[in-house]
Amino acid sequence: MPKVKERDKSCDHLFASGHTACPGCGQSLAVRLVLRAAGRNVIVVNSTGCLEIFSSKYGESSWEVPYIHSLFENIAAVASGVESALKATGRLDDVRVIAMGGDGATADIGFGAISGMMERGHDVLYVCYDNEAYMNTGIQRSGCTPHYARTTTSPPGKASLGNWRPKKDLPQIILAHGVPYVATATVGYYADLDKKVKRALSIRGPKYIQVHVPCPLGWGSDSSRTIELAKIAANSGLFPLYEVDHGELKVRRFGKKIPVEEYLNMQVRFRHLFGKDGARAEVHEIQAVADANIEKYGLMAK
Amino acid sequence: MPKKMLQGCRAIAEMVTLCRPKVVSAYPITPQTIIVEELAQIVANGDLSAEFVNVEGEHSAASLVLGASATGVRVFTATSSQGLLLMGEVVFNIAGMRLPVVMVNANRSVSAPLNIWNDQQDSMIMRDSGWIQFYAENNQEACDLILQAYRIAEDHRVMLPVMVCADGFVLPHAYENVDMPSQEDVDAFLPPFESMYRLDPDSPLTMGAFAEPDKYMETRYMIQRALEGAVPIIEDVARDFTKTFNRTSYGLFEEYRMDDAATVVVVLGSMAGTVKEVVDELRAQGQKVGLLRLITYRPLPVEALYRALSNAEDIVVMEKALSLGSSGPLATDLRAIFQSRPANPRISGFVIGLGGRDVTINDISDSISKAHQQVVETDFVALRDDMELEGINA
Repeated sequence: MPKVKERDKSCDHLFASGHTACPGCGQSLAVRLVLRAAGRNVIVVNSTGCLEIFSSKYGESSWEVPYIHSLFENIAAVASGVESALKATGRLDDVRVIAMGGDGATADIGFGAISGMMERGHDVLYVCYDNEAYMNTGIQRSGCTPHYARTTTSPPGKASLGNWRPKKDLPQIILAHGVPYVATATVGYYADLDKKVKRALSIRGPKYIQVHVPCPLGWGSDSSRTIELAKIAANSGLFPLYEVDHGELKVRRFGKKIPVEEYLNMQVRFRHLFGKDGARAEVHEIQAVADANIEKYGLMAK
Repeated sequence: MPKKMLQGCRAIAEMVTLCRPKVVSAYPITPQTIIVEELAQIVANGDLSAEFVNVEGEHSAASLVLGASATGVRVFTATSSQGLLLMGEVVFNIAGMRLPVVMVNANRSVSAPLNIWNDQQDSMIMRDSGWIQFYAENNQEACDLILQAYRIAEDHRVMLPVMVCADGFVLPHAYENVDMPSQEDVDAFLPPFESMYRLDPDSPLTMGAFAEPDKYMETRYMIQRALEGAVPIIEDVARDFTKTFNRTSYGLFEEYRMDDAATVVVVLGSMAGTVKEVVDELRAQGQKVGLLRLITYRPLPVEALYRALSNAEDIVVMEKALSLGSSGPLATDLRAIFQSRPANPRISGFVIGLGGRDVTINDISDSISKAHQQVVETDFVALRDDMELEGINA
């Protein structure tokens, strides 16, 4: 741990403090880590959402790198335009373009533009900060909201147990475009995220990294346990950490599987799955999803 | 330069090429499609050094040129009708971000019912977006306006996008003799784009910041001031164009046989050709009729229009657009100009040629006669008489 702190001191802070993110915000930490890995020679294109709001208020920008926000659903197209302009003026060898969107901007409203950007092969790294709902507008369900999670638009009630569908598998959908690099990462594992950002930026063409970022406000979790929660999500198998580098799958394995119940119990958004008699059957369904991921990706260390 | 017989789409594409954009992006929609097909071929032939990007929709076409413009290069896009509506959110965003994007809109009706033919309802919907809007009468003018559009948009006193509107099919698909200037003359008239601010790691800046209630209003005020300030700049650029290329460019509007005119017809775009015929006929009969063809619709050149129209007794606005539930937008604008000023002409509004219906000489002269009898609030010209038009409410 002290080692990390030492490194921290010597690093440039390209994402300055003083922004207005909530305490324990996983996304703000991840942005700082992504930029630290990427360095100064980048242009960031950011969708409307929490990140844009807490970092880019007029006169109070946190961005020490060139930054543009346009709209909610169009960052993949704006980033394609930035890249095209750099290409047309011979500057693409020196500058990297990074698009940053939330899970709603990526999985839902901006999905067509992202598919277009990936298919056309623009030299852009797209980073999706996945906090599993529309947090900026007040915790509404997105395509990345997990099965049975409570959001304000998938509330549990007499006739509902929360979100009625499993989480959309975005990394695999992006992978189907035939792009050279797709990875999942988490704010819980800094070194892994750092490595993946650096690897992605060393590759020309479209790249995609989905970073799992707990949201204490939206998930009803303890703001002091964001990193711990992120690690548990990975080590339960619910958010598998892997990368597909030119077709080769590499997995971050864990030695001890953490039961999903431990993860769910840390969050108010899953509280309705636990009654007086303990966990409902749906918790076992969620465990089955985690187990299937462990099996599919080989997440357990042998 | 010798004149060339060109299809409108080709002429527009050749003029865009002469303006040397570095990024072109568009999505196909009738009747704009051939413009971007031509540009794709020009780039494929190596005759324009630019990135030509096929996107998955107009929202992305506008977003892509937005990003490229913010990175400091000259850009071009073109669209029409539903495409412009789909872009709508980005159209407003481009103006708010003060990016000098130039777009050609091949004017077409809006759905439903689906109709691919010409009217000007599409661009009228965007009149409040902060873009400068030009309406061309013919392909020569469409080309000339594209060249001027870049110079005006990129002027550091303006820094606003420009939409050059060309009546769908009537212009883009028609063959006309077009005088295409030389590259040398265009380069002299239009210097390379020098952005005031661009995305560059050497000098990082934040673009597209969000503004709270204590700042937002000022941004709108600044756009309003820039648009007002663009009026004399548009006039200057038109004068310089006329001098450089030895061909008249009118800037704000063209006045046709307006001396002593008691009745002035006001139109936008290609309809003016037919109106000129009517004016000539009526003049031959001794009627004092003239035409004011408005080119610069936004910013609306209020003072110049007042001066030009204040001696008229009757103003007859004929327009291919309508604010459903209200009146024709141009008629409304002209009525507003005279509301607070001493001259008090009678202003009649006629909606004509929607969805590609032919605009005939008789339609125009009949409308003028009608306006002479009494002021017309909003009249649909040449409606069919063989359809049950009140049916849906019956």
